[in-house]
Amino acid sequence: MTRPLTRRQLLERAALGGAALTLPGFLAACGGGGDGGDAGGDELAAVLRFANWPLYIDIDEETKKRPTLDEFTRRTGVAVDYFEEINDNAEYFAKVQGPLSQGRGIDRDIFVFTDNSRFPGLLIDEGWVQKLDKELIPNISNLIEAQASPPFDPEREYSLPWQSGMTGIAWNEELTGPVTSIEQLFEDAKLKGKVSMLMEQADSVGLVMLANGDDPAEVSDETYDRAIDRVQAAVDSGQVVRFTGNDFAQPLTQGELAACVAWSGDMIQLLADNPKLKWGVPKDGGMIWTDNMFIPTGGSVPTASTYMNYVYEPPVAAKIAAYVNYVPPVQGAKEELLKIDPEIANNTLIIPDDELLAQLHQYDSAALANDEHISKWQTVLGQ
Amino acid sequence: MGNFLHRHRRLTPYLLLAPGVAWLAVFFLVPLAFLGYQSLQSGTFPNYEFTWEFANFTEAISDYREQLFRSFLYAGIATVVSLLLAYPLVYWIAFRAGPWRNLFLLFIVAPFFVTYLIRTLAWLNILADEGPVVGALRGLHLLGPNEGLLYTTLAVVAGITYNFFPFMALPLYVSLEQIDARLLEAAKDLYASPVRAFLKVTLPLSAPGIVAGTLLTFIPAAGDFINAELLGTPKQQMIGNVIQAKFLESLDYPTAASLSFVLMAAILVALLVYARAVGSERLTG
Repeated sequence: MTRPLTRRQLLERAALGGAALTLPGFLAACGGGGDGGDAGGDELAAVLRFANWPLYIDIDEETKKRPTLDEFTRRTGVAVDYFEEINDNAEYFAKVQGPLSQGRGIDRDIFVFTDNSRFPGLLIDEGWVQKLDKELIPNISNLIEAQASPPFDPEREYSLPWQSGMTGIAWNEELTGPVTSIEQLFEDAKLKGKVSMLMEQADSVGLVMLANGDDPAEVSDETYDRAIDRVQAAVDSGQVVRFTGNDFAQPLTQGELAACVAWSGDMIQLLADNPKLKWGVPKDGGMIWTDNMFIPTGGSVPTASTYMNYVYEPPVAAKIAAYVNYVPPVQGAKEELLKIDPEIANNTLIIPDDELLAQLHQYDSAALANDEHISKWQTVLGQ
Repeated sequence: MGNFLHRHRRLTPYLLLAPGVAWLAVFFLVPLAFLGYQSLQSGTFPNYEFTWEFANFTEAISDYREQLFRSFLYAGIATVVSLLLAYPLVYWIAFRAGPWRNLFLLFIVAPFFVTYLIRTLAWLNILADEGPVVGALRGLHLLGPNEGLLYTTLAVVAGITYNFFPFMALPLYVSLEQIDARLLEAAKDLYASPVRAFLKVTLPLSAPGIVAGTLLTFIPAAGDFINAELLGTPKQQMIGNVIQAKFLESLDYPTAASLSFVLMAAILVALLVYARAVGSERLTG
């Protein structure tokens, strides 16, 4: 077994330039070392254990392999155990909070949580995630400006974005004309009983706040109540029938739903398969959310940081974005995408232009942890 | 070992019971005790402290009595409908299907080869607006052109009924199948009409199956949340949905735990009332 590469060595070799990374000697130096356990310290682990959502990384449809992960292994000698095990922020959090609250690791080096949930802030406040080693992430300079300073982690000490998505309104053209506002979604008699909203309060309440002329980035009890009263009224009148995860797709396609609050990434595939479906950001503005990578307690900081640096190379970010259809947080990804898939590069749902970005808002992350808000929102959901 | 058992013969039954008791202790009593401990805690996640917080229970009941009542209502309807559908079906299988019995039983169990979630999701297609059921009902003018079945109380109750139907059918089948046909012949010989023979012989003899089926259907149905989540709206949420949301979304473990206890206690009370009504010897067959 060869000695694992130390962080210093990695930095020195990285300084020699990207070409050095492919030298066979380099591969020999870092291949096969360690046992991939809870490697603390400065050394790269043999295996990176990465927990993510399903269908959220590039896959070669023919070989069923994941090209960007293979490339990472080829360059660094670190194999990747990739787990598609996150289907729901709350559910995944419930699964990992037991060991983390006892200071134990969860056999993962990276996991992903969405900033439209309370969990990113909670993980940092409780000390259940580790600081990134930014020395190993020079490519952090490629992080887009809009993501540089989220309220839950203003200095980006603990987290880096994986992908972002937008929340807007989708509609089925066979049943309705364009649905361009919350007002229309809630009041158009043609849509009655055929409207759904998303279960995440940041998505649904955020859109309604924008329609109310309130700022979802600065939530007060007053603006919150104003928004959920409006949602409750729409539920009581029978206009809004359901609250969904991404299971809005089937009923919207089949016509049980005429319009719904929906995520951009899910819609891209649907739009391609069903020309009758449309998606847009409402005229009063839409929401943007971001999935963030974290290093949980027990995870190998150098290994995870090295991987994060890798995915912040624009060509790598472009390859992932081309497959997953979500918004990459990496500057220069569009230029790289233009080379491999101009159609995707020019799709504003994947690379939003400045005009679209100006209409997108983030939800107040402090308000996400407000127990009273959560409880009121669940009352709206009937729970 | 043999000698040991011989010398301590009185220990034998306890030794035989030991694995079962250990299993119950580890997988039922310990989690139950932990749930009880959690239900009396207060504070905010993850720093809950044990404070004998009995208010969790009173608040749980007063805040969620609507969903509790709804759970029992839906479970009750699903149980009765299952019984009414299952009885004639398994009666026919037990007495008339002859050599095809096992095949028909397989048909009843077959949906269980598919996971619960997928079975429930299938109802999204069955009850879809473009689907066969809504199409037929609209054709018969039982549903208006803009009315549907999905996301209604009917859809949720139908889903629950469907999902727990085999738990009703199988115990019923077992008790019907065991009935000695000669007893029915005797009833006929004694000039009992078919209806009278059924009421005096078949029905009482199948009572243990009815009781077992009712319990096996009602208890899990009352705690179900998948059907309400997938086929219902906020107006059909059951107590299981509330418990799930309290655990996962609110991270309010004490309230979730006390609601679980309230549900268990309510089921236990319903069970005792039922046992009283039908006679406790029938509960054990």
